[in-house]
Amino acid sequence: MKTKKTILVLVPLLILGTILFNCSQSKETASFSDAAEKVYVAPGKLDEFYAFFSGGFNGQLSVYGLPSGRLFKSISVFSQNPETGYGYSEETKAMLNTSYGFIPWDDAHHPKLSQTNGVPDGRWIFINANNTPRVARIDLRTFETAEIIEIPNSAGNHGSPFLTENTEYVVASTRFSVPVPNKDVAISSYKENFKGTLSFIKVDQNTGRMDLAFQILVPGFNYDLAHAGKGPSHGWAFFTSYNSEQANELLEINASKNDKDFIAAVNWKEAEKYISQGKAKWIDAEYYHNVFDEEKLHAYSEKKSKVLVLNSKECPGIIYYLPTPKSPHGVDVDPSGEYIVAGGKLATVIPVHSFTKMLKAIENKDFIGEVDGIPILRYESVIAGEVENPGLGPLHTEFDGKGYAYTSAFVSSEIVKWKLGTWEVVDRIPTYYSIGHLMIPGGDSKKPWGKYVVALNKITKDRYLPTGPEICQAAQLIDISGDKMKLLLDFPTVGEPHYAQAIPADILIKNNKKFYELEKNKNPYKTNGEKEAKVIRNGNEVHVYMTTTRTHFKPDNIEGIKVGDKVYFHITNLEQDWDIPHGFAVKGLNNSELLIMPGQTKTILWVPQKAGIYPFYCTDFCSALHQEMQGYIRVSTQNSNVKLSYN
Amino acid sequence: MKKIILVLSFSFLLWSCGGNESNIDPEKEKLAIKYGLTPFEYENGVGPIKQKLNIPSEIDRIKAESGKKIFEEKCTQCHKLDERYTGPALRDVTKRRTPEYIMNMILNPQGMTQKHPEAKKLLSEYALQMTFQNVSQEDARNILEYLRSESK
Ligand SMILES: [Cu+2]
Repeated sequence: MKTKKTILVLVPLLILGTILFNCSQSKETASFSDAAEKVYVAPGKLDEFYAFFSGGFNGQLSVYGLPSGRLFKSISVFSQNPETGYGYSEETKAMLNTSYGFIPWDDAHHPKLSQTNGVPDGRWIFINANNTPRVARIDLRTFETAEIIEIPNSAGNHGSPFLTENTEYVVASTRFSVPVPNKDVAISSYKENFKGTLSFIKVDQNTGRMDLAFQILVPGFNYDLAHAGKGPSHGWAFFTSYNSEQANELLEINASKNDKDFIAAVNWKEAEKYISQGKAKWIDAEYYHNVFDEEKLHAYSEKKSKVLVLNSKECPGIIYYLPTPKSPHGVDVDPSGEYIVAGGKLATVIPVHSFTKMLKAIENKDFIGEVDGIPILRYESVIAGEVENPGLGPLHTEFDGKGYAYTSAFVSSEIVKWKLGTWEVVDRIPTYYSIGHLMIPGGDSKKPWGKYVVALNKITKDRYLPTGPEICQAAQLIDISGDKMKLLLDFPTVGEPHYAQAIPADILIKNNKKFYELEKNKNPYKTNGEKEAKVIRNGNEVHVYMTTTRTHFKPDNIEGIKVGDKVYFHITNLEQDWDIPHGFAVKGLNNSELLIMPGQTKTILWVPQKAGIYPFYCTDFCSALHQEMQGYIRVSTQNSNVKLSYN
Repeated sequence: MKKIILVLSFSFLLWSCGGNESNIDPEKEKLAIKYGLTPFEYENGVGPIKQKLNIPSEIDRIKAESGKKIFEEKCTQCHKLDERYTGPALRDVTKRRTPEYIMNMILNPQGMTQKHPEAKKLLSEYALQMTFQNVSQEDARNILEYLRSESK
């Protein structure tokens, strides 16, 4: 009886719901056929943009096409990947070395495309590791991680990696303040002992090679996000901070007391001057710098022991605080470089600072106080405007290059479009649900390709087929070419996408590498053609120099391996054609398989535990005779006298 | 049987070819048309080599040596000289094919197996697409010289 009644009540509700749903559908979604046409990329046709989405807790960077939302690749960055051998193979293990040992995972948040003159140029993309502070550089010719540098004196590398307009520096701020250098102290001594750091990593313009140039020691707040200036504000970088209360427990209450926190405006050109005057000090700091050598196709680690530090207290003029309501998260600079937009998570308005006004306030010493020698500018003197009614929990803002800004509102699950200069909200669209970052291709650069905005959503319940307690995160593609935002497409993402970047496909396609030239492969374990394939014993180490081609390994029969031997398979793929990788797997291999790209050499270590016959085979379907691509290894007991042989 | 005839006609061509377009065998021309090729392509393959090369009968030792090195690094995983392997044995290839045909096969294997009846036949026999191994035209010329030097 009861059930029936419920149904009777529910049915009209459902109908009402459907009607409501349809209404909102017709308003915010382009008509289905219109939307379908806009995102449909016909078979054999290519997407217009490459989009790079961070993988969050999976430690990787995923590559999608826009407008289709199709996933092309997950680039291994901070996490081992047993599919390809990244972080397992002898060539790539060194990429994950840190001063805390070998760390095979991380939490990757913010991809950032390299820029020239404030516009994405398609050379590299950088991404941060939050947990064990690191910054990685990915080469956009190969879509592989080329370099990872650890950041000392940092904890929770969240405000990272953001770039100056010609990629002179990657900037990175610490989320958690910690003792610098780190030491064993009472947590309650926070105010006395804990400090923040802002790091400036220099980028070599030819090679992309990173080098930690200097760090600035700052008061012990939490530093959250960053963006560098551009155009007139080039030479400055802006960092949001919260917890100006310097609380060390129950931050959700204790760090939300102040009406305003700060954006730190840092004059890095001034910092360079202080350094050239010898004001910076070298302090002890242990950190790793791991580089994948492009010629040797092999990663090498360098352990560093010192870092150059500027103390903001001793360097007047390098930092000013812009008071910003309230617990700000994102800080975004508009394409002209004049406006600095903050996302105050707990604020009722979006505060927009003016760079020109800031300079004037500095000139007039229009200060209302200071923290550790850092002047606090007067809010009223630097503010350009406030966007009223911006949605609840505004976080991040991107720009379309046509005079409009788009801000994500986490709590009210929407994107709010507003006009720069008049600060009025002109449009809003719901997102499904709990949007974090949003992204317009080039939307944080000088010249956005303002055709789409992508919402990166944390919660998706009821939007997709359910998959148990763990369900997907997702993105939504929204058309911003007209006056009204129009939802075009939902698509699930790999990992948790925090931030993303996108760039027109043709900029990257022309530099895309198809294979590694055998002539240029200087890997120390390369096999130069089948004639040189061989097996060499050196004590209990066995080195197998193996080649692959369609459709066989050379050698494919090996005898004389003994239990407990350290067997290194050095495999060179002799193919010189696009899209012909080979795989390698041997029964009982307990670390990972290998995928070897054409012209590449990769090495995996195997320590057989039991005597017997072990088949190996190619795991990447390569040709009609792929199933024939196999071989055998005979493993004998340690005291056996089976001779080493192969063919 | 057909194969023998083809091989024979190729050998015949090798003797008779002066690269002069004026004395085209009408039989050849008919066959070429049947496969949608020009008589030159039918005889010398489809690819970047579009005219007869002037190849002296004497072996150029320097070229052959350089070709050997490239061959060993990039070709031996599929081709031996005297035994059938992943691909056909090559000891007598310079007797079976024109120099231009060999170079086109090295430089444009995909195009050859799509367009040329002989290459097509090999693809179905070996079930493997020969790949372009990222060699320059000069490399291909050197490989050809190496194969000529190994011919008996
Ligand atoms: Cu294979």
